Amino acid sequence: MAKVMLGGKEVEVDEDGFIQEPDLWDQNVAIDLAKTEGVQDMGEKHWKLVNYIREYYQKFGIAPMVRKLCKDCDLKLKEIYEMFPSGPAKGACKVAGLPKPTGCV
Amino acid sequence: MSELDGVPKPEELLKIDYQPPRKGWMDTPVNFKPGTYNYPAASKNHKILELPFPREWSPMEEDWKLPENWKEIVVNGIAERLSKYRSFKVFMDICVRCGACADKCHFFLGSGDPKNMPVLRAELLRSIYRKEFTAAGKVLGKLAGGRELTPTVIKEWFYYFYQCTECRRCSVFCPYGIDTAEITMIGRELLYLLGLGINWALEPAAKCFMTGNHLGVYPHTLKDTLEFFADDIEDITGVRVEIPLNKKGADILFVTPSGDYFADPGTFTCMGYLILFHELGLNYTWSTYASEGGNFGLFTSHEMIKRLNAKIYAEAKRLGVKWILGGECGHMWRVIHQYMDTMNGPADFLQEPVSPITGTKFENAKSTKMVHIMEFTADLIKHNKLKLDPSRNDKLKVTFHDSCNPARAMGIFEEPRYVIRNVCKEFYDMPENTIKEKTFCCAGGAGLGNDENMEMRLRGGLPRGNAVKYVQEKHGVNRLACMCAIDRATLVPLCDYWAPGVQVTGIHEMVANALVLKGEKERETDLRGEPLKELEE
Repeated sequence: MAKVMLGGKEVEVDEDGFIQEPDLWDQNVAIDLAKTEGVQDMGEKHWKLVNYIREYYQKFGIAPMVRKLCKDCDLKLKEIYEMFPSGPAKGACKVAGLPKPTGCV
Repeated sequence: MSELDGVPKPEELLKIDYQPPRKGWMDTPVNFKPGTYNYPAASKNHKILELPFPREWSPMEEDWKLPENWKEIVVNGIAERLSKYRSFKVFMDICVRCGACADKCHFFLGSGDPKNMPVLRAELLRSIYRKEFTAAGKVLGKLAGGRELTPTVIKEWFYYFYQCTECRRCSVFCPYGIDTAEITMIGRELLYLLGLGINWALEPAAKCFMTGNHLGVYPHTLKDTLEFFADDIEDITGVRVEIPLNKKGADILFVTPSGDYFADPGTFTCMGYLILFHELGLNYTWSTYASEGGNFGLFTSHEMIKRLNAKIYAEAKRLGVKWILGGECGHMWRVIHQYMDTMNGPADFLQEPVSPITGTKFENAKSTKMVHIMEFTADLIKHNKLKLDPSRNDKLKVTFHDSCNPARAMGIFEEPRYVIRNVCKEFYDMPENTIKEKTFCCAGGAGLGNDENMEMRLRGGLPRGNAVKYVQEKHGVNRLACMCAIDRATLVPLCDYWAPGVQVTGIHEMVANALVLKGEKERETDLRGEPLKELEE
């Protein structure tokens, strides 16, 4: 695993740039992660989505289902792709500091 | 679709070179090309499962940091397996290299790489067996098909044993019935002895070991998710379904892959199960401990299969159920039908499965006590126990992808087709050579369904994609049904790439769309929340 500088601190990331220690996540880490996803400006809508994912993860230990995320944040999947070009799992969840999901997904 | 970013366009990928290299295969070194190999397993996952030599390493680096006595470990590992598995010994000895399997592998068809011919993939290991374990090979070496065990051989194993989805299509054509999947499995086991695995297979196994399922869904998360489905079902049908969890004394334990309650379109099939069981008034339960039908141990080692499969039966015993019903999963059925009995069985604390609705005895599940949901539902329809309105699926023109394991490991061909024909009006099979026991793989099973391996998945997905495109052009097919969670994940990019416009569905999604419930309101949408008559992109 490689170590990279994100938000002014050294953070371990996997091959696709997902951070390995979710506890090290903060807003500055998120801003730098967003840049790796081609998102230069984290606007209000971006933060709302990222914070929702973050809170869900802290409560449930996993990323929210895409359907649940869309419903709870009142967003269409298309809108999420407009905000995070890699989509909810590989874009928004990465910025929210979640690990990459593996398995039958 | 972002997951297809960076992959060459279909026109490019179709320029497949079937001309073998000028040099012999033993002298052609392996080339790790991005997009065609899998990331190594993280050391944390080796540690969780107590596998040897956890370390950080990369296939792209020259030094794989093999343990000092790696050669001895591999040779001893082969010896142990030759004595333990007679099948392995037979498969090493019996191949006459007739070539019947050569062009049957989807990865060979899509890549043109001769080492993806099943015969040659097996030969990667067989050559070491000959050199180390046969008199002729010891004396004559290369002349007798033997070769030296070097780090290059290990690298070749890692590349090609993870370019096999253990789908067993080649075995159907082998006159000796050599099970090439078992050779791949042994190859992977030997690699694990050296601390070499892939993360997409090992992390789900590690998570399953810790939380009961591949995705790491905790008990309260599963509860929250199923309740979310119940809310959606109520919005769509007006009927509130119950969510029985860890219910002691239930008749039936229901087990399905965790992908079904996490990722679309599997989630719609999961809603389908809930709706069906509610309508039947089935006395059943979900489990937050045995919360996984799949078994990524199958893609790791025999020992891991056993460790993960054990929990389903332990939970059935703890809850005191009569038998187990398994959901739309693929490789789970290879484990249950072909390994369970001698690994974790006999499950003599359970009863021989009998449908509480029809009274049908599932004789075929007499020993494992686990029934496939497609047999269960087909039996319900046969006995006229479901009120179905197939017109609610009228916008769908459906074809069916036989998943490798339910097809080849248990021969379940007619039940899914029977169910589909009863819940929708337009069904068209793909060409004969690409279905049933000759089905083509999704090319993302056996732990290969990750993004980093996408080019290889799409190459391997060409034969399946081509057959889907055929029925799409001929009959206007717009939906590909399957009964496997890996398929529901991997066939989506496969169709987007090779047959754009075809969407993927589980079968119980269609069942529940057609199922008329007692006390339901008039349906305006399908389970996806889309209008009943119109397709949405």
